[in-house]
Amino acid sequence: MKLISLKNIYKTYPNGVTALADVNLEIAKGEFVFIIGPTGCGKSTLMKLLYREEKPTRGNVIVGGINVERLRNRKVYKLRRKLGIIFQNYRLLPKQTAYENVAFPLSVSGMKDSEIRPKVLKALELVGLKEKVKCFPDELSGGEQQRVCIARAIVNEPKLLLCDEPTGNLDPRVSKEIMDVIDSINKKLGTTIIMVTHDAQIVNRMKKRVISINNGVITNDIMKGKYKENESN
Amino acid sequence: MKAIRIFLRSFREAFKSVFRNFSLSVASVTCTAITLVLVSIAILVSYNVNHVTKKLENELTIVVYLEREATSEQAQNLKGEFEKISNVEEVTYKSKEEWKFEMMNYSPTLNSTLSYLSENPLLDSYIVKVKNVKYLRKTAEKIRKFEIVRSAEFGEGTVERIVSIFETVKKITLVIVIALVLVTAFLINNTIKLTIFSRRSEIEIMRLVGTSNYAIKLPFIFEGLFLGIIGSIIPIILTVYGYIIAYSKLDGHLFSKMVSLVKPFSLVLYVSIVLVIIGALVGVIGSYKAVRKYLKV
Repeated sequence: MKLISLKNIYKTYPNGVTALADVNLEIAKGEFVFIIGPTGCGKSTLMKLLYREEKPTRGNVIVGGINVERLRNRKVYKLRRKLGIIFQNYRLLPKQTAYENVAFPLSVSGMKDSEIRPKVLKALELVGLKEKVKCFPDELSGGEQQRVCIARAIVNEPKLLLCDEPTGNLDPRVSKEIMDVIDSINKKLGTTIIMVTHDAQIVNRMKKRVISINNGVITNDIMKGKYKENESN
Repeated sequence: MKAIRIFLRSFREAFKSVFRNFSLSVASVTCTAITLVLVSIAILVSYNVNHVTKKLENELTIVVYLEREATSEQAQNLKGEFEKISNVEEVTYKSKEEWKFEMMNYSPTLNSTLSYLSENPLLDSYIVKVKNVKYLRKTAEKIRKFEIVRSAEFGEGTVERIVSIFETVKKITLVIVIALVLVTAFLINNTIKLTIFSRRSEIEIMRLVGTSNYAIKLPFIFEGLFLGIIGSIIPIILTVYGYIIAYSKLDGHLFSKMVSLVKPFSLVLYVSIVLVIIGALVGVIGSYKAVRKYLKV
């Protein structure tokens, strides 16, 4: 079963920059995929196409049966509810506790408090933050904040987790912990993971499918791949 | 149920946001309050002007005195002729005996004078009520043309001046009210715009986690609504107490007994309701426009 399928994707920004050219890609349910490549190669654009932050200039994007490029603006939330996203810079609400941050996607979509509670606690337990439920983001370390983000991303039990350089701000030890969390989500929940990263160490250790992009073109797509020296920036 | 929870959540969030951006809220509430005070004054003034004009209009009549030699048949015909004039609303006959009786009751001096006279010196008359006071003069002039009419009197000059002054006051207050309402809408629009900007990241996160558009927009609309309603509280208090006190201090009339004020009770209630509605509407419209313009989701 294909969860994601990209066909003949072209993306040119209004300023004339071509970010992606003729990208074809299929990702199955439950896969763990790294997307690597130098800065400005089109990795982030590829991610943005998946959660409909950008529309392709040409081509077909299908995520979980939804034709993303045809999705109307006011229906985008339906796609976003089916996937979780985590970022390098966390993007937590500073005035809300860890619990409230994780509960946020559920409460804004009008779920009952009694339904929200077990889901939030389960997600926080999965990322190993059950004791810090009442902490505010500024009382948490970087790694812990990223765990809150992961918990928030998976609280909806999405089929797909998009990670945009989740370990970019973290030291190697904490990065490994975060990667363990993400790996366990992949294994325990069967969530498909797509991760953009620059961290060669992580890619090499995990031995997952690696997709290399350079100048908007997929240059390599290898199962159990490695981060090649000549591709790092 | 889900929609209700989203609704309640937006309500809570909006309420919190009013206090979170406290200085901004205070600024726009103050502006709203000032505007609504002026709106309230304008409404009170125009309402009172209306009241006085109406009263004047009811009291304004043309008194038509008939020639002494007019027969009752002629008088009867005349009534029919008057009623044919388009601006005439009502024609009532008042005989000289009725005038005499009224005058005798009016003061003891008149009473003794009139009872001393053997013949009634007064004239039979018609009291003519008009539909529109503006054409009072024209109507009076038409009446004067009839043969057996000796005179047709109304408060010439003064009445016309008062009516035209009141017309102008009414027009000016209406213009001021409309201008102020627009200014308030703009101010609330601005406040919501700043709220939206100050909450950019939060909105961004809401979009990323799959919040539907109306769940994102609703809190801002509610915030505008709250600002408008809170802004109307002080003007309402001022209106209610201010008008009641002013009414009792002035003893119910201005300058002279002729310009009487509207009784405060139902009027202040009515003005308060109007102020809340204006505040709420202006708040909602202001924030809706800001949301439409600055919240591209």
